[in-house]
Amino acid sequence: MSAEIRTSDGELLSVKLRKVERRRRTTAFLLAAPLLFFIVFAYVIPIFQMLGRSVDNVQMNEFLGNTHNVMQEWDGTEMPGEDVTSTFFYELKGLVAEKNHGKIATRLNYEKGGFTSLIKKTARKLNDFDENGNFLDQFIDTHKKWGDIEYWLALKRGTDAYHFRKYLTTFDYEQKFDGSIERIPEKKRINVTLWLRTIFVAAGVTFCCFLLAYPISHLLSVLPTRYSNLLMICVLLPFWTSLLVRTSSWMVLLQKQGVLNDTLVSLGIVADEGRLELMYNMTGTFIAMTQILLPFMVLPLYSVMKTIPPSLMRAATSMGATPFLAFRKIYFPLTYAGISAGSILVFVLSIGYYITPALVGGAKGTLISNRIAYHMQQSLDWSLATAMAAVLLVAVLIVYWLYNKIVGIDNMRLG
Amino acid sequence: MSGKKSDFVKFEQVDKSYDGKELVVKGLDLDIAEGEFLTLLGPSGSGKTTTLMMLAGFETPTNGEIYFDGNPINNIPPHKRGIGMVFQNYALFPHLSVFENLAFPLKVRKIDKAEIEERINKTLKMVSLTGFENRMPAQLSGGQQQRVAVARALVFDPKLVLMDEPLGALDKNLRESMQYELKHIHETLGVTVVYVTHDQGEALTMSNRIAVFNDGKVQQLSGPNELYETPVNSFVASFIGENNTFTGTVKELASGAAKVETSTGEIIMANPIAVSSAGEKSRISLRPERVNINPTEQIENRFEAEIKEIIYHGDHTRVRVNLLGNDDFILKVPNASSNLKLNLGDKVNLGWSSQDCRALDY
Repeated sequence: MSAEIRTSDGELLSVKLRKVERRRRTTAFLLAAPLLFFIVFAYVIPIFQMLGRSVDNVQMNEFLGNTHNVMQEWDGTEMPGEDVTSTFFYELKGLVAEKNHGKIATRLNYEKGGFTSLIKKTARKLNDFDENGNFLDQFIDTHKKWGDIEYWLALKRGTDAYHFRKYLTTFDYEQKFDGSIERIPEKKRINVTLWLRTIFVAAGVTFCCFLLAYPISHLLSVLPTRYSNLLMICVLLPFWTSLLVRTSSWMVLLQKQGVLNDTLVSLGIVADEGRLELMYNMTGTFIAMTQILLPFMVLPLYSVMKTIPPSLMRAATSMGATPFLAFRKIYFPLTYAGISAGSILVFVLSIGYYITPALVGGAKGTLISNRIAYHMQQSLDWSLATAMAAVLLVAVLIVYWLYNKIVGIDNMRLG
Repeated sequence: MSGKKSDFVKFEQVDKSYDGKELVVKGLDLDIAEGEFLTLLGPSGSGKTTTLMMLAGFETPTNGEIYFDGNPINNIPPHKRGIGMVFQNYALFPHLSVFENLAFPLKVRKIDKAEIEERINKTLKMVSLTGFENRMPAQLSGGQQQRVAVARALVFDPKLVLMDEPLGALDKNLRESMQYELKHIHETLGVTVVYVTHDQGEALTMSNRIAVFNDGKVQQLSGPNELYETPVNSFVASFIGENNTFTGTVKELASGAAKVETSTGEIIMANPIAVSSAGEKSRISLRPERVNINPTEQIENRFEAEIKEIIYHGDHTRVRVNLLGNDDFILKVPNASSNLKLNLGDKVNLGWSSQDCRALDY
């Protein structure tokens, strides 16, 4: 135990120090506060809401709460009893009166195809039901699909407050009504292909960016300032142009009747009939994304290379190393921090890239982000879209985790 | 130095220009003997570092040829020259440990592991860094880093070691002790060292010979002693050590003595070094410690001066006086002569011999 240290006016040193430091800390916090609030409201909260939506089915559970409760007793081996069908009848009637049956129809349709028409037809005929008669028979009379037990199983499952089935769909798996998990039929599988393609494109683009950026960054770091500034402007020029404009100009260049093909044909390198397919496939996605993401590789590499004194290479050669050996043993290892920072940046950006693959990718060059957008905008299956987004988020977090394990996040330098 | 080459390194009419407009090195002729410690000394921009870089192979001479051990080396790339080099900021490889740094030149030469270890141990012992093998350069102090850099340049037994202001980044005390250490290493190994510095004290302490550079040319090449005592021109006189100057015109020139009339009309008897005829303008150089205060014996030059400033320096006192219109005339008075009572405003008699007072170029 060390003796208590006091300041000359008798206060405890630790207390006094905290008092003095408090003001500084408050100022620091106030300076950071706007950003902090912005991040919390515009980033953290939306992300958690999104994650929630991928498993959230609370609304369905509220709409059909009684049916759901009654159905818990039903084991699903044979057709449901009257307690279930009657409860469902009254709840559905209430929903129709409030014009909410459309919502449950869409939701239930995700569980089993054909539910939309089933609910709509049934809704129209609810008033014809005899409330003293057998509800199941009357349901079957309205639409013969009610005689298929799978629709009742889908109803039971579709009214759970929370479920994780969208995550299965994300990887082309489905849960059968008997609870077993199976891959969906081969013809319907698309998501896994897209995931693999996304990772492949992201890795490929990262590698291409690295190959292009390394020599440029090196040149930037050794040129005298006035030349390096000019070159830096050339590198950064894409940043000053809208992403959409840049992607569109790639379309002008790459299309079949585009500048590049025209030039190749006029030079006689390619026959007029054999014009290259550079767009609406992976090639287009690759070329355009590499160009657009290049600065994100150049900047971290440049900032690291700038700090490597030229005397190191000179020292290595003065000790008898050939320029190549000096590069491999001295220069290259010293740029690891830049390579990894640039790679992680480009990889993470390209894994979620959207506009470019959407415009120049065509069907063969679309990535997972385009699928997410499709589910957000066209199929309106937001749960699936958010489940996919959540998987994407986890993938990125894994990349960061690996980066931190291998390189250490403290070593990251970004321009 | 029998059996050792006096032209181990030879610069022959070497010119160097970076921009095609100005010569940084002009017609350099320089012979460096085997085993000597030669210092290139000069102010920044004088061409000394360029000369060193041409020898190391990082710069190519625009004209002329450099010979190393009898062979022209202009077209030999640096990694084939086998010249060790210590850089200004040490240039230690930050991602390699001390051991790996020292092993680098040996591994490049494909020397086997056991010998690498032996040589490294020997070299580290020489620079008293045994036990530091596994440290990273960032974990070492400036002086230790400097020693590692020296060890790394010596570990592969080069015949020639170049040092580019290696002590520039160290503090004064450390720099002085490193000077002695480097000097001892040089004496022990007998390796040829070419050393670049702008610090004249460093050059005087360590070197066998010093080449004073200015304006792309060697102004004087001689041992430290001669350089200090007998500078051949006023640049060398003013650059090396402290120096009092008078300007004047040569009135009479006889063998071994010149009468120079200063701007105030007084006549100074001086030793003609760089003057050849009467009527020439000349700058007279006189070391502060060569001036006697109140001389009792017969002496050629004797004048009265007024004390303007007294600055205590511990081992000596510097006295600034006004002498023959020169307000910046400095005297160095050893503090042992305590019988001397000097006060501001006092008039003192100053005298010096004509031998110590050198008439140089204007």
